Amino acid sequence: MADDIIFELLHSEIINYSIEKFKNNDNGEKETDLSVVEYIGFAAGYKIMERLTREWPRFKDELDTMKFICTDFWTCIYKKQIDNLRTNHQGVYVLQDNAFRFLTNFSNGHQYLEYAPRYVAYTCGLIRGGLANLCINSIVTAEVQSMPSCKFHIHVQRT
Amino acid sequence: MSRQTSRLDAKKVNSELLTLTYGALVSQMLKETENTEDVNKHLERIGYNMGVRLIEDFLARTTSTRCLEMRETADKIQQAFKLYLSMQPTVTSWSSAGDEFSLVWDHCPLSEWVEMPSNNGLKYCALIPGAIRGALQMVQLDVQCWFVQDQLKGDPVTELRVKYLKRLEDAVPAGED
Repeated sequence: MADDIIFELLHSEIINYSIEKFKNNDNGEKETDLSVVEYIGFAAGYKIMERLTREWPRFKDELDTMKFICTDFWTCIYKKQIDNLRTNHQGVYVLQDNAFRFLTNFSNGHQYLEYAPRYVAYTCGLIRGGLANLCINSIVTAEVQSMPSCKFHIHVQRT
Repeated sequence: MSRQTSRLDAKKVNSELLTLTYGALVSQMLKETENTEDVNKHLERIGYNMGVRLIEDFLARTTSTRCLEMRETADKIQQAFKLYLSMQPTVTSWSSAGDEFSLVWDHCPLSEWVEMPSNNGLKYCALIPGAIRGALQMVQLDVQCWFVQDQLKGDPVTELRVKYLKRLEDAVPAGED
């Protein structure tokens, strides 16, 4: 589909924007601040989930919700399903994607591994936002050990 | 069983996600700076960067050949709108010299669900003129793009004016001659 490239370019430019902004108000921190990228993902995820699930049968439980994210949600946006979903049944879910869309254009070596966090931040936000809309508060982190595979860790926050 | 039948429409979801992501970006920018002129400038810049890379995809996808006059260029731009944003602007209001025209549309996926706060000078769709400028620059055309009417500001349609400035000559990199 032709409009996919627009989304990919916009995604890169959002990252670019937040990094440039970070450079401009340099306050001595070493690590790049990706919270803006994450927040944009959160806002988009929160709203898109509202629209997606409008005419969807109610989810049975938390695991059912996660399965929805791994299959239907992921297929729409990332063109493939999550390859592996694991859980400890106590609120920790690990979603593994062996060919994550935003990382497939990178070389598979370790050369660009340090830049990987930039390209997963938006998606962390997207998952967190989507879950938040379904009344699941969570913390989502990502782990990239070798390109283009990526693991998303979801820690559900219970109060 | 209903779940198997009510699969999501991927095309629609992606287009909505693009709209929502762009909206989130604009509102984030507005949160960070009070000055809407700065936001317009940033959005234009982002569009420019996207256009610079988008032109290659466009050329590869359409196998377009060189345009000999602005009217052909306008057709290509119209084609690009259809291809990338599934929208069909009309090309009108040519200047007598044939170097300036308007793109007019009444529906744009980017500005869907958008409510503008009372006139604050924000050019919500500034991404689009930026992208046109960036893409044309890569094919040696220097143009100027600006909004004449904006639906989000209460006009009946959105009108984007494109003006041809000059042909860019290939610059030889320093030290190559």
